[in-house]
Amino acid sequence: MSRIIVVTSGKGGVGKTTTSAAMAMGFAKKGHKTAVIDFDVGLRNLDLILGCERRVVYDFVNIINGEATLNQALIKDKRCDKLFILPASQTRDKDALTLEGVGKVLNELKETFDYIICDSPAGIERGAHLAMYFADDAFIVTNPEVSSVRDSDRMLGILSSKSKRAENNETPIKEYLLLSRYNPKRVKLGEMLSVDDVQEILSLHLLGVIPESQAVLNASNSGIPVILDEASDAGQAYADIVNRYLGEDVPQRFINEEKKGLFGRLFKG
Amino acid sequence: MSLLNYFKSTKPNSAKIAKERLQILVSHERSARSQPSYLPELQKELLDVIKKYVQVDQDDISINYESDDHQETLELNIVLPENI
Repeated sequence: MSRIIVVTSGKGGVGKTTTSAAMAMGFAKKGHKTAVIDFDVGLRNLDLILGCERRVVYDFVNIINGEATLNQALIKDKRCDKLFILPASQTRDKDALTLEGVGKVLNELKETFDYIICDSPAGIERGAHLAMYFADDAFIVTNPEVSSVRDSDRMLGILSSKSKRAENNETPIKEYLLLSRYNPKRVKLGEMLSVDDVQEILSLHLLGVIPESQAVLNASNSGIPVILDEASDAGQAYADIVNRYLGEDVPQRFINEEKKGLFGRLFKG
Repeated sequence: MSLLNYFKSTKPNSAKIAKERLQILVSHERSARSQPSYLPELQKELLDVIKKYVQVDQDDISINYESDDHQETLELNIVLPENI
């Protein structure tokens, strides 16, 4: 049984593409055949985060218009042969995606893939609507910050009323909270909303917390999904989230400030 | 005094403010989501009708919509001026 997962947030810049890339690589590394699709037509970036920007020949819109086959457009990752990327079109405008076209592509992918991750654009317009319409699960990426939490709640409303599952009165989309750019130190100082605060407001199941991390910029600079930086905090947080989603019982981490030992305190300010 | 202030945390807890603001906003926006879309229009028209007979303001009329599994309730509350 394959699952379609939408990575969404409403607000821009909270870490949707970083999350899509990390989760896709995580599932693939666990042996699940995974496709990750960029829905941000006109502003594609997933290819860049995954480091395959120079291998893009055909894109999502080409398939919908019948100018290329799915197999021609899918880019196989060089690090993991279970991971495939479907880039967005950079030149067309966003009306190039149609409900029918997207549905057809997703149905074809479902025949051979275990997980299909839809990287949603920011906003609540066409691209975002199509990215979530066919979803079985939703990863709501939220920052502990007022505008992001509000937009996430708005997105939840849209998921529960405008998705295919909602329109057909099927079991609702399963929603998971991924709280990113979390800074336990500022939470402790009362300067940042805590995990509990955000969960209380959104009443969502917490899949995991991703700490604010320098590793994320380092990873995107070099086109390597941060989950492959296994020594980094953000990389480990995503690895935990992958395992948790796949049903393993992994305790939550990165919620409280790491206690530095005397040694650490002596050598680092 | 300044020494006492140093130990006493006088810094406002901005996270707490954020949480309170969000709780109010989110619950307000959620209730607006579940309301039928004709509600603002209905409120406006009702106000126009009532204004024909008594002088009331927009603020004097409140419409509440509630729904549960069994029924939907539309509650209309009009505050009339004191001396008619």
